[in-house]
Amino acid sequence: MSFARRSVLGLRLGRPGAIASRRSLRILEHDLLVFRRGWYSYLLSGLSQPFLFLVAMGIGLGLYVNRNASALGGVPYLDYIAPALLVTQAMMAAAFESAWPIMGKIHWQKTYHAALNTPLTALDLLAGDLMWIAFRATLLSVLFLAVIVVLGAAASPLVVLAVPIAVLTAMAFAAPIMAFTATRTGDSGFNALFRFGITPLFLFSGTFFPIEKLPLFLQPVAWLTPLYHGVAAARSLALGQIELVGLSVHIAVLVAVAGAGLFAARITFRRRLEV
Amino acid sequence: MVGLRIALPLAMRRPTRLVQRNMLVYRHSFMVIFSGFFEPLFYLLSMGFGVGALIGDVALGDGRSVPYAVFVAPALLASSAMNGAIYETSNNFFGKLKYAKLYDAIIATPMSLQDVARGEVLWALMRGSLYSIGFLGVVGLLSLVGLGLISSPLAWLAFPSATVVGYAFAGAGMAATTFVRKWRDFDFLQLAIMPMFLFSGTFYPIDAYPAAVQTFVQLTPLYRGVHLIRAFTTGSLDATLLIDLVYLIAMGTVGLAITSRRLGKLLLA
Amino acid sequence: MSETSSASQPQIHARGLTKRFGSFTAVDGIDFDVAPGEAFGFLGPNGAGKTSAMRMIGTVSPVTAGELTIFGLDPARHGARIRSRLGVVPQADTLDNELSVLENLLIYGRYFDLSWAESRRRATELLEFVQLTERANDQVEPLSGGMKRRLVIARALINEPSLLLLDEPTTGLDPQARHLLWDRLYRLKQRGVTLCLTTHYMDEAEQLCDRLVVMDRAKIVAEGSPRELIDRYVTREVLELRFHRPEGETDDSAVLGKKLEGLAERIEQLPDRVLVYATDGEAAAAAAYERGLRPASVLVRRSSLEDVFLRLTGRSLAE
Repeated sequence: MSFARRSVLGLRLGRPGAIASRRSLRILEHDLLVFRRGWYSYLLSGLSQPFLFLVAMGIGLGLYVNRNASALGGVPYLDYIAPALLVTQAMMAAAFESAWPIMGKIHWQKTYHAALNTPLTALDLLAGDLMWIAFRATLLSVLFLAVIVVLGAAASPLVVLAVPIAVLTAMAFAAPIMAFTATRTGDSGFNALFRFGITPLFLFSGTFFPIEKLPLFLQPVAWLTPLYHGVAAARSLALGQIELVGLSVHIAVLVAVAGAGLFAARITFRRRLEV
Repeated sequence: MVGLRIALPLAMRRPTRLVQRNMLVYRHSFMVIFSGFFEPLFYLLSMGFGVGALIGDVALGDGRSVPYAVFVAPALLASSAMNGAIYETSNNFFGKLKYAKLYDAIIATPMSLQDVARGEVLWALMRGSLYSIGFLGVVGLLSLVGLGLISSPLAWLAFPSATVVGYAFAGAGMAATTFVRKWRDFDFLQLAIMPMFLFSGTFYPIDAYPAAVQTFVQLTPLYRGVHLIRAFTTGSLDATLLIDLVYLIAMGTVGLAITSRRLGKLLLA
Repeated sequence: MSETSSASQPQIHARGLTKRFGSFTAVDGIDFDVAPGEAFGFLGPNGAGKTSAMRMIGTVSPVTAGELTIFGLDPARHGARIRSRLGVVPQADTLDNELSVLENLLIYGRYFDLSWAESRRRATELLEFVQLTERANDQVEPLSGGMKRRLVIARALINEPSLLLLDEPTTGLDPQARHLLWDRLYRLKQRGVTLCLTTHYMDEAEQLCDRLVVMDRAKIVAEGSPRELIDRYVTREVLELRFHRPEGETDDSAVLGKKLEGLAERIEQLPDRVLVYATDGEAAAAAAYERGLRPASVLVRRSSLEDVFLRLTGRSLAE
């Protein structure tokens, strides 16, 4: 069935050679079926946290930050953190989804093993679940964008473009974390990943304050993290302060990290599941 | 431990058996415990110094102004005590209760339901205390290098205060968990915890709120905890601290009592 | 302790023991006594009320009505004291998956107020007893079903109980694992430990129990030693006849029943076979042939508790 071998994610990323067959869509269908039950709970828990942060920090703490007009070059604090929270919530959701639930499918409930008894391959599973995570990141981001618009926290209509940036950032986390998950047999590593990876990124990647306020030696570290680039790109779009070279660099970094993660995940998924 | 064994009556010794069990478990995965110590520190550095640089000084209730980091540090200690207690008594406790059937095995021994409830709370407090000591240690170190976060000689009382906050949330958290049926229900617990973490005078003074909202916030347990600890680290003490103490101790104790009763319903059918 | 001073005093004493969950009656006024050193069994199908009875004895389920004492003590008032002398092997393995095999025993000893040193000494001995010494430092999760069950038994023995409660100790185990377990339980009995167990396997009841009660629908329907029950309720031998029924042929049980009539004192027609209760099974088989019956297979066997149960309730034990 050469027809079924046609690439889905490979095409999407503009890469030659199939990364997975069309059958990966079956995985997406499965996930959607599961999602039909409990979607409200997912949206509630996924959106409540960024929303509460936006209100507490943007409006509450914003009262104090905005007193110091020079701090952010006159940008209201709410406008400053809104696009950052849009990106971080997508990252958080994607990071979570590619850790515990994927571990469940690989190791605990072994859902993948059941799927592999059908014509599906390990790469179909990878592609299917990556698409699934992208779908959910998109859904959450669009809803959060609506919140931002309602709160009047978007200075430029270009804020709409922050959604694809958020989804791209989500992929830059989901792909490498899925690669990592496929090498583990328990969730003990996730704890460290979140405590020493995701949480510090959330706090120090320019989300709540400019990275220029970090100690000098830490600033280059921030440049290396994908979240910083996601936040910076989304913020420049939302504030309408676009500088094409900078934006291109941010997007290039995100695409590179997502691509590298995908490359690694292809290897670890096959190694783990096709034995 | 030897001294303890002689000194304590059986009723107080038995809960420590559960603590020993948990220590055995975590002996192999110490990293899980150790890593919890960093989260409040990351918040302190990000909020206290990063966002603090945007804000400058903040007014305390007694009219003094302090750097933002001094304002936010005690709140982060209180939140960390709350989060630690909730983490241990929600997901972990639920897993042991419903899935691992740990307590079904334990109640076949002379251990009672009270022993189980007290043991788990004691464990949550010990774990939380480790984080409080670590946090205060770093705060002390930062003071040594000139980044003073403490403005009172009574600041050491922040440690027992954090333990009281932990007790309140451990008792209440366990009681709430005994009503939980499935993992997803914890989303609702998070819906109570997260707003408290963000809006209880933790990151900014509550005088920004309308009067009615202020009164409401003052009734929440985390506000009382933050108020208590901040009083000791900034040295603005008054009689309202007694309200904090009574409130928090009562909350933990009532929670424990409810837990014992509910465990009876769940395990002794 | 005074409550054990009299050797004749029963370890468990129950009169009119009743357990209700709302309107559902799980145990309906049962009477029994278990003497020291005895191996006593509850035999019955799933849902007969065996586990409910065991949980009441284990003091983890309040008695709804009736009288129950364990070691002469009231479970409602002296739960902890009773449990300190009880070993419990529950139906589901409630092992601590976060601890190693040895640690499971060590910490369980602590729950019984043993010192670490004493707990370690006993744990080492018990691992030897249940043949798990080599797995001492392994995690519990990957152990086989039989190993887990042996570990649960070792755990139940950590406090050197005088009474061991076992709820379906060998359900779900393979034959080899079952025999190993029976051997260990037999040794415990030799040492004077009182055993109280539930089972829905008659071979297990026959192997292990000095005396048993048959439970059905929350009530005790018979009591005695396995041999007594067989003698009382069934004949010495059973003839099992299976008939080859061509596909699609209508049920001919009435015709068959007529042909078999008077062949033996009791005949039981089951969906898949006919049981003929006879003192001499061979003779009954010959008689059946004489009457023109041509069964596809013929089996003569000694009667068992299964037959007792069938006789008493009209249903077979295994579902």
